[in-house]
Amino acid sequence: MVNEAALRTPPPAVRAGVAASAAEAPAERRVKLRCRDFHFYYGAFHALKGINLAFEEGAVTALIGPSGCGKSTLLRSFNRMHDLYPGTRYEGEVLMEPYGVNIVDRRVDAMAVRMRIGMVFQKPNPFPKSIYENVAYGLRLRGERRRAALDEKVEAALRDAALWDEVKDRLREPGTALSGGQQQRLCIARAMATDPEVILFDEPTSALDPIATAKIEDLVQQLAGRVTVVIVTHNMQQAARVSQHTAFMYLGEVVEFGETGQIFTAPRIQQTQDYITGRFG
Amino acid sequence: MSGGALSAEAAARGMPRASVGRLRSNADLIFAAIGLVALMIGVLTLTALIVDLAVRGLPRLDLQFLTSFPSRRPAQAGILSAWVGTALVMLVTAVVTIPLGIAAAIYLEEYAPKNRLTAVIEVNVSNLAGVPSIIYGLLALGLFVYLLGLGRSILTAGLTLALLVLPIIIVATREALRAVPPTVREAAYALGATRWRVIADHLLPYSSGGIATGVIIALSRAIGETAPLITIGALTFIAFLPAPPVRPEFPFVSFQWLFDPFTVLPIQMFNWVSRPGTDFLPNAAAAGLVLILMTIAMNLTAIYIRIRVRRKVKW
Repeated sequence: MVNEAALRTPPPAVRAGVAASAAEAPAERRVKLRCRDFHFYYGAFHALKGINLAFEEGAVTALIGPSGCGKSTLLRSFNRMHDLYPGTRYEGEVLMEPYGVNIVDRRVDAMAVRMRIGMVFQKPNPFPKSIYENVAYGLRLRGERRRAALDEKVEAALRDAALWDEVKDRLREPGTALSGGQQQRLCIARAMATDPEVILFDEPTSALDPIATAKIEDLVQQLAGRVTVVIVTHNMQQAARVSQHTAFMYLGEVVEFGETGQIFTAPRIQQTQDYITGRFG
Repeated sequence: MSGGALSAEAAARGMPRASVGRLRSNADLIFAAIGLVALMIGVLTLTALIVDLAVRGLPRLDLQFLTSFPSRRPAQAGILSAWVGTALVMLVTAVVTIPLGIAAAIYLEEYAPKNRLTAVIEVNVSNLAGVPSIIYGLLALGLFVYLLGLGRSILTAGLTLALLVLPIIIVATREALRAVPPTVREAAYALGATRWRVIADHLLPYSSGGIATGVIIALSRAIGETAPLITIGALTFIAFLPAPPVRPEFPFVSFQWLFDPFTVLPIQMFNWVSRPGTDFLPNAAAAGLVLILMTIAMNLTAIYIRIRVRRKVKW
């Protein structure tokens, strides 16, 4: 594998741009992840059929679409979560820039991919360990043993997740004792602690109340610019609020991809229009 | 079903609602009563057994009983060699069966490819738990005693019981591993953990309560086994102790005790019970009490571990 540090590039400022073409972001923007004719199979079931998408570096891209459209499947391909289950198969390319490594190639080590692409899940899933250990775990996996470095990064990650003030006096308490919203922010801190290049959010607020949801949305927006974010959501308002780009998926294909404002105000394709206006899905 | 049928019938006959309610709550009461009786049959039988054992054995249970070898005279006979034998055999069993069982379960649960061979192995592991213990005794007699030449020793006994209870530990460990939510597993993998780190840092710590329970159930089963040990040739009259594990001269530790002949508490009990006359019956009861106390001590350990894990591990 390529040296992890060498792959890091300073994230460019996020720019609100004009609508992208159906599949590609404009050339002057830096692309972090690029799907090229990407297919995915659960056994014989062809779940993703030729995905072509480009995710802009430092931007938030939302994946929307009705249940079963393949948006979560696509998201979980990016950190090779499907490897954990038998009978799954990737075909085609998901290139991670700047080096253009095909991260769904089975010859590429899934652990190395996950070291650089973090994930926040649908249901908050902190480890039944202390708050501190939850955040420090990713660092420990990367071989960090120095107490001072761990302390510093744990605090920074918890601050990033807007959780520090609430938990700084009880870092030794179990992460599972926090409220649902706090648990989800702990999971964001856990993912952020290792300084990933991309963070995947899989419907991160579907188990949370509106106040906790608002906090998570704020966080996602703050992450933009520092890290590339891909977020799957069922909540159309959420996609409109937090993302710069939106891809609408249906039956394993990308129907329309463009700037979020354009998708929600002037979709080019009737199906997208029907979905965002609630006529189906 | 029957409740619905009942109320439909009642409505058809024009019965007032209140009496339907009473009928339904009566059915509830009847079932509760049956359940209580079923429970009591189990609990009372066990209590009666232990009380009976205590009444007959307790007067005989003293320091002399614990520190004497068996003898022809009931008042001088003791269980020193038996309880030492039981403790040592259990030590060997635990040392062999716990790591083997946990490792096998981890392999089956986390590493084994899901194919037909694995399926056959899985079914057979469960089946092995039901094989009569005397079969294990015969296997051990052929394998350990004759083929490997380990003799009628503590080592042979420990290995035999280890094989006997191995399936129990495997099954319990697999259940415990499976109880860890897949979301927690995914969280660890998503941070870049290797399979081994997921197992060592997460699955094993979180499932240790369930594993400890399985281990204790297995050892409790092993501690009371008699048939396979008689099959491999455990003696019923042992008036000496195995070689001590420490020596005054280099290298200070000795494993000679592994190869010494032995007896265990259930065999000593069996020996006393099967004698003509009733002179030795209090001795047998007292030995039984010691055996039960050892089992209870093991179970308390398991409960303690479970409570500690449960306090720490919440989903």
